[in-house]
Amino acid sequence: MSFFDTIRIALRALLKNKMRAVLTIIGVVIGIAAVTTIVSIGQGANRLVQGELQNLGTNVIFVIPGQTTDGGVRQNDAPSLTAADAEAIRMECPAVLAASPLVFTGGQVIYGNENWSPKEMLGVGTDFLLVRNWGLQAGSFFSEADVESKAKVCVIGQTLIPKLFRTTNPIGETLRVNNVPMRVIGVLSKKGANMVGDDQDNLLLMPQTTVRKRLLGSPMDNIHAIMVSARSTNQMSAATRQIRNLLLERHDIAPGEEDDFDITDMEEVAGTLGMITGTLTLMLSAIAGISLVVGGVGIMNIMLVSVTERTREIGIRMALGARGRDILWQFLIESVVLSSIGGVIGLALGTGMSMAATMLINAYKPGTQWPMVVSFPAALVAMGFAAAVGVFFGFYPARRASKLDPIDALRYE
Amino acid sequence: MALIELRDVRRVYDLGEVQVHALRTVSLEIQRGEYIALVGPSGSGKSTLMNTLGCLDRPTYGSYLLDGQEIVSMNRDQRARIRNKQLGFVFQNFNLLNRTSALENVELPLMYGPRLSARQRHDRAREVLDQVGLGDRYHHHPSQLSGGQQQRVAIARALVNRPSILMGDEPTGNLDSQTSREVIALFQELNETQKITVILVTHDPNIARNSKRTIVLRDGEVVEDTTDFAKAKAALDAEGDP
Repeated sequence: MSFFDTIRIALRALLKNKMRAVLTIIGVVIGIAAVTTIVSIGQGANRLVQGELQNLGTNVIFVIPGQTTDGGVRQNDAPSLTAADAEAIRMECPAVLAASPLVFTGGQVIYGNENWSPKEMLGVGTDFLLVRNWGLQAGSFFSEADVESKAKVCVIGQTLIPKLFRTTNPIGETLRVNNVPMRVIGVLSKKGANMVGDDQDNLLLMPQTTVRKRLLGSPMDNIHAIMVSARSTNQMSAATRQIRNLLLERHDIAPGEEDDFDITDMEEVAGTLGMITGTLTLMLSAIAGISLVVGGVGIMNIMLVSVTERTREIGIRMALGARGRDILWQFLIESVVLSSIGGVIGLALGTGMSMAATMLINAYKPGTQWPMVVSFPAALVAMGFAAAVGVFFGFYPARRASKLDPIDALRYE
Repeated sequence: MALIELRDVRRVYDLGEVQVHALRTVSLEIQRGEYIALVGPSGSGKSTLMNTLGCLDRPTYGSYLLDGQEIVSMNRDQRARIRNKQLGFVFQNFNLLNRTSALENVELPLMYGPRLSARQRHDRAREVLDQVGLGDRYHHHPSQLSGGQQQRVAIARALVNRPSILMGDEPTGNLDSQTSREVIALFQELNETQKITVILVTHDPNIARNSKRTIVLRDGEVVEDTTDFAKAKAALDAEGDP
């Protein structure tokens, strides 16, 4: 018997019991829809995390001050990092592409009658844009000379424009930052919200020297952190090693002594976050998978009933020359047709549900850009899974049918 | 060479504590083109003999040569193939598939046989349906046909693969006398014009009277095998009334 004939017979048999077929299919639909939705949302979460880290800058490594011991007093946030360290990392570590000191500050910015307190006010080096993988929309960034001379210049994020300037072109205008006049020389391109919905464009950048000397008035040379970008993802660990060796040498730390700095690379963070979302997705999929198993048991149940009901039909077919394997295929195909139809509908429903869920998340938390992920391979896997459920749960009833004795089957009432 | 050759065929059903000897020892030959009635009281083993001849059952002991091929040593699939190619079955209760058209019922054996295109199958099925006089009932379902028409569909189905043997298990048992006569006439016609070997299990004296040879079974043994219906009837009556 040809494959096409077998499918035709299976479809006809299913159509004879429409209600029963529909109910059985619903079991599989629920299972496949649940798995599809959860995998899709999980992949969205993963994509979001990866995108966020990408957004932060590529191959980013943070160097922050560690604890120091001074006369038996151990303290955190030691003023151990300097701008010179940042410069040294940038110049001397071959795996490092760029490095920028970071100095955090805060306060009010005034322009004319308007005032605004940016969420972030940072003193940075000339490499900052390169490290953060960020660009300028207008104007220019600070030069080495600006940093050197503690120039009273600044670069603003997009959010500040409507807050302070309205329709005025900000380039060349002078702001007062904590009462220090600063000339705006550049505007950053728009970066948007990060994964928790914080506006990243609510930002004011100044040369780190200007912030330290003119805003903070610090007599010390220390900076709060160094943000480093490795040349490539593959060179992350090399860069980390080189930075550590360089700083150990520069800070005169003998072997066995505690480091006075910490190095965190974002790859590590990405890995950890990816693992968390991955594990969660897997766990939830497993739970959703249970409903698929329930659907499969439903198929098995209905196929067993069907085999019993159609015992005489099986007997007739056998008497007319059907071999055991012809009967086996007939029932197996029937079960796979059931589960595959359930798979297709479940896939469509699951895709719809994950779209709705994505829209709901994005609506609930404005600014969040939860990505909608519908991957073709995942759809194929779901379909394959549905068919596999049909084969797995259809095999026992089909085998039972194929093993019937033709004489007994013919006599069955 | 005989078409069918049974040598000391026995069939024992092992029911745990008791053993039922459905066929004690049966040896017989059937030639191509014969028209045979298998008669006997219930429990005489005629159904078992029929199932054995029809390759649905396998004897416990003995040898069954069909067209020179040993059936006893064949496996399930090989016997299925023989049933498909060599044998046509007609049952008392017709055994047609419900909610399936006459045409599709007749096509069934073609699906399990050699590969034919759908068109070839339709053509072949139409041809045999025309032959049994149902040329205007292709698309009727069994429930839309009379008993006699249903049995004709069953006969068409049995003939569709051009078997050498047509087997009937009480083929007129569910039909009224008029329809019975028509069906019997059809069997006779097929036997005479197409030289198909016909073997019928029956209680119906009309069938037995019309057959060329009658085999009487009792307690799993052949007690009479004759071309003379009077003798067969005597054997049957004598034993039914001890």
